[in-house]
Amino acid sequence: MSSKTHITLTINDEPYRADVEPRMLAADFLRDELALTGTHIGCEHGVCGACTILLNGVSVRSCLLLAIQLDDAEVQTVEGLGSTREMHRIQTAFREYHALQCGFCTPGFLMTVQDILNTLPLRNDKEIRDALSGNICRCTGYDHIVKAVRSLVTERDKIANQ
Amino acid sequence: MTDAIAYARPKYIGKSIQRLEDSRLLTGRGRYAADFQVPRMAHLAFVRSDQAYARICQIETHDAKELPGVIGIFTASDFAHIPEITAPSKMLNYHPTFCPVLARDFVRYVGEPVVAILAEDRYVGEDAAALIEIEYDPRDVAVTAREASSPNAPKLHDSLGSNTIFSRQFAAGDCVKAISDAVHVVSGQFCMTRKTSVSIEPRAYMAEFEPQKDTLTLHSATNIPGIVRDEIGRLLGLSGNKFRVVTCDVGGSFGGKGSLYPEEIIVCDLALRLERSIKYVADRMEDILSSSQAFEEEVAATLAVDENGHFTALKADILGDIGAYSIYPWTAALEPVQVASFLPGPYRIPHYTATVRGICTPKPPTGPYRGVGRPMAVFALERLVDKAAFTLGLSPTELRRRNLVGTEEFPHRIGSGIIWNRSGFHECLNAAEEAVDLPSIQAEKTSRKDKWVGVGFASYAELTGIGSRIAVAPGMPMNTGAETATIRIDATGAVSAVFAMSSHGQSLETTLAQIVAEELGVLPEDVNVIQGDTSLTPHGTGTYASRSAVIGGGVAVKATRGLLVKVKRVAATLFGVSPSDIQTGDGNIFVPNTNFAINFAEIARLVYSDMSTLPQEARETLEFQATYDPIVGTTTSATHAAVVEIDPETLLIKLRRHFVAEDCGRLINPLVVNGQVHGGVAQGIGAALLEELKFDDAGQPITATLADYLVPTSAEVPDLEVAHIETELPDSPGGFRGMGEGGTIGAPAAIANAVTDALSQLGIEVNSLPITPSKLHALIAAATKQDRQE
Repeated sequence: MSSKTHITLTINDEPYRADVEPRMLAADFLRDELALTGTHIGCEHGVCGACTILLNGVSVRSCLLLAIQLDDAEVQTVEGLGSTREMHRIQTAFREYHALQCGFCTPGFLMTVQDILNTLPLRNDKEIRDALSGNICRCTGYDHIVKAVRSLVTERDKIANQ
Repeated sequence: MTDAIAYARPKYIGKSIQRLEDSRLLTGRGRYAADFQVPRMAHLAFVRSDQAYARICQIETHDAKELPGVIGIFTASDFAHIPEITAPSKMLNYHPTFCPVLARDFVRYVGEPVVAILAEDRYVGEDAAALIEIEYDPRDVAVTAREASSPNAPKLHDSLGSNTIFSRQFAAGDCVKAISDAVHVVSGQFCMTRKTSVSIEPRAYMAEFEPQKDTLTLHSATNIPGIVRDEIGRLLGLSGNKFRVVTCDVGGSFGGKGSLYPEEIIVCDLALRLERSIKYVADRMEDILSSSQAFEEEVAATLAVDENGHFTALKADILGDIGAYSIYPWTAALEPVQVASFLPGPYRIPHYTATVRGICTPKPPTGPYRGVGRPMAVFALERLVDKAAFTLGLSPTELRRRNLVGTEEFPHRIGSGIIWNRSGFHECLNAAEEAVDLPSIQAEKTSRKDKWVGVGFASYAELTGIGSRIAVAPGMPMNTGAETATIRIDATGAVSAVFAMSSHGQSLETTLAQIVAEELGVLPEDVNVIQGDTSLTPHGTGTYASRSAVIGGGVAVKATRGLLVKVKRVAATLFGVSPSDIQTGDGNIFVPNTNFAINFAEIARLVYSDMSTLPQEARETLEFQATYDPIVGTTTSATHAAVVEIDPETLLIKLRRHFVAEDCGRLINPLVVNGQVHGGVAQGIGAALLEELKFDDAGQPITATLADYLVPTSAEVPDLEVAHIETELPDSPGGFRGMGEGGTIGAPAAIANAVTDALSQLGIEVNSLPITPSKLHALIAAATKQDRQE
């Protein structure tokens, strides 16, 4: 248990090196070893989506990954999306539409939204709802989240059609 | 006076301004209890009971103690100095339970903490947990309240005479006679199964030991920091100068983080004993098994109706399954007695009688969950109302209209003693009826064969912002009816507003800032709302029971008005005018139509730092403290309308529309109110269609993960429609009513009525929630079998 494995990776465009126990979860590694506590742990069995990060651009559950699986990877966490002074457009859309209340599930939603905006057509609310259904929010009832994503999709498609 | 300065007084109350707390929460810079890390911090893990009810014979900890990285292993005897957790009550026929912080001699539910392991990290703690062996001698169990209430049932607490730990009667008028005289009588047996809160942040505690001052700070994922401070202080002999509770950001509660838990007492006790900081973070299974659970009641009820369709009497027998212990501070009576208190609803029902019993079972303790008692009460009554409408051949909305307390009839006392004040009972019903196009649904019902379509309504009233005259939990000897706030302007002109409440998603940093800004005449973003820290206020309990807008908003108005008097007095001296000539707005203090104007930073400098401009006696500290107690509370009301469609092949129940018309008084922030309603409705949808904690015959939980206990996702919740009806405002400062729980109160009943309506051709009624495709299948199979036999 004490034998550690060396990993090198990039998180939010910064290089990191670490020695980790092979059993350490990626979520615990980010939070406890690197103090990137914006990634939240909600269930540790891959259902709630609060711990979603981007691994080489793809949304994944960091509670279902081991830290050693991040070796050589490009990782993005919510801390890399925007700062409190300069938020990313996804973040400002969530603020405009009041798409968060307690904020605990929010980082996972933001990571998922980043991914689905890149990969899915999201032609209507049903598609948006299906795409978001892997993340649980217990506060908002989803209505405001769907509206925020709908506005982001509209912006995306307007730019794409120009 | 050509250069006269005119400032428009901005109005912030009622504006959908963006939240001030969002930038940190959206960027991962919020701080939740699990995020705190300090040097030498140790981690706590628990071995929990895997038996529902058993005697503890032996606990073998030797191998675990030897494991490198383990700091200590603790059992009940290590906490003998801590009194047992017990919730006192003034209620007659109430028998308190006594719960040691770790199980001693007996375990009484699966998930009860038995052994605490302190380790250098959580991984080692869990390794150690796997090495601990506990030998149990299982006892016979009575898992359901019905079984446990029988005289021969095995007793869960040997010290109590039976498993019935409280019973209470309500009676107004002569129910027996009214029912026997009635033209129409409808009855039903209604059941709401056990639920749990599932806040996405599991419970988490970090007790930070500060050797510099020999003090302890508990960073707690709780929504009742004041209650936790007071009670842990009492249990461990700590006063507020040695011990504080801070909440920072809390990832939802919905009631689940609204009680005192053994784990937070243990982190505090061990941190003090070992002089080091200690963290405990529940995993999801621990959170589901050991956070307070909810509802689980059976209600047998009868409604009597006269020939004109007027309700004459209501009778109910309520059986509450409260779990193994009575939770602190609310007691086990909280949920079942609230069912009886609110059962008569927003209607005129002259005769009312109810009996309530709370039964101990070997399951986790129940406690507050959004809606408390009222989701069950409204479900039972609104199903009866629909049954009565069917019997009388009236439309459900017409029968409601005939019986809702009329606009001229307020205040109205219902049979349980609760008094409704003016609220939009009829207005909400009318709005809901109008929003749902009944004729088109009727047409669809008859024409469509591929879907069974149904519509359902539910009207309710609730008491929000409950003051000191009524205990929030029946019989609880604790004042939760008052709040104190301090508003101050510092030497830089910045405004801070200190409250004892504790937002865990309710947006209080924004809504309270809106109120203070409006009353004082500054911008909301200039107001720093400080809350959730027991060291900053003399007393306060927290945020729960739809109280923060009413009581917190009320005290914000009172305290800010007190401060404004001071500000005007200083400015009047400065300008040589009367205080009544002074106005404020937009961060300025001015006399309209003159050149007299100064901003808050300047006046603060004149008061605190300047020694010559103002006379000494005019330089008063710009701070005001006020307390507000609404004494009784405010009446919030709503009508929900649900439209469902059921696939006859798969029996999938799809909620197509959900509409809410509610009267919560003056809106502070419409976006925030919508958010509260939406979130409540989603939990109501969960209660109606998905959520059920199941236990087998041995008391083993069989829904201990989020793959088994299903909460709604974005795919199950439709677009949510909300209409705000503002009738006469309540007389609370600001005119606010509470709206935190209403969504969960109305939605289950409306959906149950809609599903029943959709099944009307089969004669099937939904009397137990959740209603799922498999339960529906069983109901249809039973009905078909009955048909064949007939």
